Amino acid sequence: MVTTSEARVEAQFEELTDKKPIGAEVREFMRKQPLGTFGAAIVFVMVFAAIFADIIAPHDPVNNSYEHILQPYSAEYLLGTDQFGRDILSRIIYGARTALFVGFTAATIGAITGLVLGVASAYFGGRFDLIFQRIMDIFMAFPLIIMALAVVAIFGTGIQNVIIAITIPFIPRCARVVRSSALAIREIPYIDAARANGFSNSRIILRHMVPNVMAPFLIMITAFVGQAILLEASLSYLGLGVQEPTPAWGLMLQGGAEEYAESAPWVAIWPGVAVSLAVFGFNLFGDAVRDTLDPKLRSQ
Amino acid sequence: MKFPRKFAVPVAAGLALAFGMADAAKAETPKKGGVLNFVVGSKIPSYDGHIEGTFGMIHPIRPFYSTLIRVNPDNPSSPTDFVCDLCVGEVPKGEDGGTKYVFKIRDDVKFHDGTPLTADDIVATYKKIIFPPEGIASARKAFFKMVESVEKTGPNEVTFKLKFPSGSFIPSVAMPFNFVYAKKDLDEHGYTWHQKNVNGTGAFSFVQHQPGSFVEGKKYDGYHHKGKPHLDGFKAISAPKMALRLQAIRGDRAAIEFRGFPPKARDDLKKALGDKITVQESDWNCILLATPNQRRKPFDDPRVRQALSLALDRWGGSKYLSKIAIVKTPGGVVFPNHPLAATKEELQKLPGFGTDLKANREKAKKLLKEAGVENLKIQFNNRGVDQPYKVVGTWLIDQWKQIGVDAEQQVNPSPVFYDKLRKKFDFDVSIDFNCQSVVNPIADVTKFLGSAGNNYGGYKDEKLEAIYDKLLRAETEEEQRKIMREYETRALTQAHLIPTLWWYKINPHRSYVKGWKIAPSHYLNQHLDQVWIDK
Repeated sequence: MVTTSEARVEAQFEELTDKKPIGAEVREFMRKQPLGTFGAAIVFVMVFAAIFADIIAPHDPVNNSYEHILQPYSAEYLLGTDQFGRDILSRIIYGARTALFVGFTAATIGAITGLVLGVASAYFGGRFDLIFQRIMDIFMAFPLIIMALAVVAIFGTGIQNVIIAITIPFIPRCARVVRSSALAIREIPYIDAARANGFSNSRIILRHMVPNVMAPFLIMITAFVGQAILLEASLSYLGLGVQEPTPAWGLMLQGGAEEYAESAPWVAIWPGVAVSLAVFGFNLFGDAVRDTLDPKLRSQ
Repeated sequence: MKFPRKFAVPVAAGLALAFGMADAAKAETPKKGGVLNFVVGSKIPSYDGHIEGTFGMIHPIRPFYSTLIRVNPDNPSSPTDFVCDLCVGEVPKGEDGGTKYVFKIRDDVKFHDGTPLTADDIVATYKKIIFPPEGIASARKAFFKMVESVEKTGPNEVTFKLKFPSGSFIPSVAMPFNFVYAKKDLDEHGYTWHQKNVNGTGAFSFVQHQPGSFVEGKKYDGYHHKGKPHLDGFKAISAPKMALRLQAIRGDRAAIEFRGFPPKARDDLKKALGDKITVQESDWNCILLATPNQRRKPFDDPRVRQALSLALDRWGGSKYLSKIAIVKTPGGVVFPNHPLAATKEELQKLPGFGTDLKANREKAKKLLKEAGVENLKIQFNNRGVDQPYKVVGTWLIDQWKQIGVDAEQQVNPSPVFYDKLRKKFDFDVSIDFNCQSVVNPIADVTKFLGSAGNNYGGYKDEKLEAIYDKLLRAETEEEQRKIMREYETRALTQAHLIPTLWWYKINPHRSYVKGWKIAPSHYLNQHLDQVWIDK
């Protein structure tokens, strides 16, 4: 049985945390962040297409149909066909799967690794922090695409190597941002208290510091997904990413843009639109998440 | 062994018609002057023709050099029409039962540095090509296996002695890579000097090379073919991307690209520029081959290799791929239309060339089942070049899918691709090519021999080697053809290398470029001495 005093404490706690139902949170987000909502809608459509590609794609995306090469828009092929007679709409739908798989995997692995390393660097400080940050400086000195190109040149092409190529440049970027937040956390007395209690370093980092830097982490991860999609498309466009016949937007541009931009423009236009929309969507959504989670921006 | 001469006239006439040479046959008086700008889609690894095999070197560098003999510039589509370049008169006939060839050397030729050309230069050049010192590379040494010696036998006379008569000797001498170097340069600077330096007797002398940008040449006034060259100079502009090359021609920053464009590009240019563009087309002595790696299981099993060949719809592929790629003609081991090539009827009897596609693929599935690899997965090594490698690669994957083979394509930049194919042998099946310059089937088909230096399948087929040995020594034309069929049947039944489609050369160029005639190879007819600008 809950005593009166306990009930009062719980009520006060709920009042302080001001926890709203999820529906209300979403409505408030939509009201305050209309552009972010638009971005989220694009992301939702992409995710839906990726998950249900097998159901909604009208044709097999890798099935060559030589009787139908380079056909313009028609009832059978809504966005036309490419140079192998493959349905462009189906390849774009399946391409969302490739883009999201690469985007989410690279962004998640890169951000989580950066999170742990960034917090550890802040926590240990001293020489470890100094050396680690200089290593991060070296990685960050290279533009994202250059670093990704270098990694692909070393490991070779293919979807796994593309993920590795995109993940590696994300790690220092996330680690640097997270470290700056973690430096402040490290100075808060409860970390000293945890040390005094004899908790292990890994427990302090993972249980007490990491949860307190989640806001910048989430902002980074949403931004990374958009960047990863763009990088995957760029690498595939350069012929260094995923390979034929895998449906991927950058690869579709690479295969069709040069030769058929004039005589069959639909081969180049629709994959380009898909890449642009996806990156636009993730950027809008990421900005809105940042505005919502960042206390300084929220107060403004 | 002799070239089947009885075929020469009908073949030359047939090829000329097939290659659409009618326009080029119009006699026009060349105009003097002007600089020809052309685009090149590949880099120059070095200037040394004796070690290189790429059009990236031939197109910009060939105009600086001469060769002992060459394919007739006015009839380059003929596989039998050769003319003297640095020799005098007619191309010599074989003496002593076809084992001795005596070349009379011109006495009016000077290198660009002023050194007169002598028989010693020819001897030194061919000794470098045929008998290079240890540690010195020579890409075409194997083509001269029949040569016993090359000696100066008079003040202006060079004699080649052969171990046995061979119909492939003269075509081998005519290869455009056999640049004639000055003995003085070889003696004074060594055998690698020409990799970075140019001193030839060609129609143009070297002006400059800006790596990654252009090569520039100017008219050589002392050129031995009097009245030539017609141009004041040329500029070979480096443009690795096809879109760039197309735009260069469209915008008239370049007049021609000598390798070839896909059909769609031709159509776009023609549509945009009308009669300002002239198109020359030809069958191409170049074929892409799928090479199973027989060092790995299950590709050491002929049933698996044959299944991969049976899966291919070559006749359908010819119809469709020729719309999007620079490939067209189904063929066996010999360049189509050549007298030694299989006729359509002969070809259709070979595994994978039959017209009943359904039966072919059923048989392929059965073979895979018998070999215990019904759900075969393969790593397919391909080269990161669109035309025609990636297009044909994507087609192959689709064809193999029809018999349940799951191929994962690994497209690699050229250096990585070659490394995997030629050094590491890190592939299940790899694309490879057999692109030759002068049409010379008896030499060209050596690609299918496991012992050949340019074969990477990792196999020994003694039976095939024995048939080739018979072919080399065949005395009569009929015998050559008969043995070639035997060779082809063995090679394609064993499916050591799996032929796809022969290439098809399409050269749309500015109509003001005159005098250049398309050849069945992108290596041929690139000395440019006969080219002129009609502006």
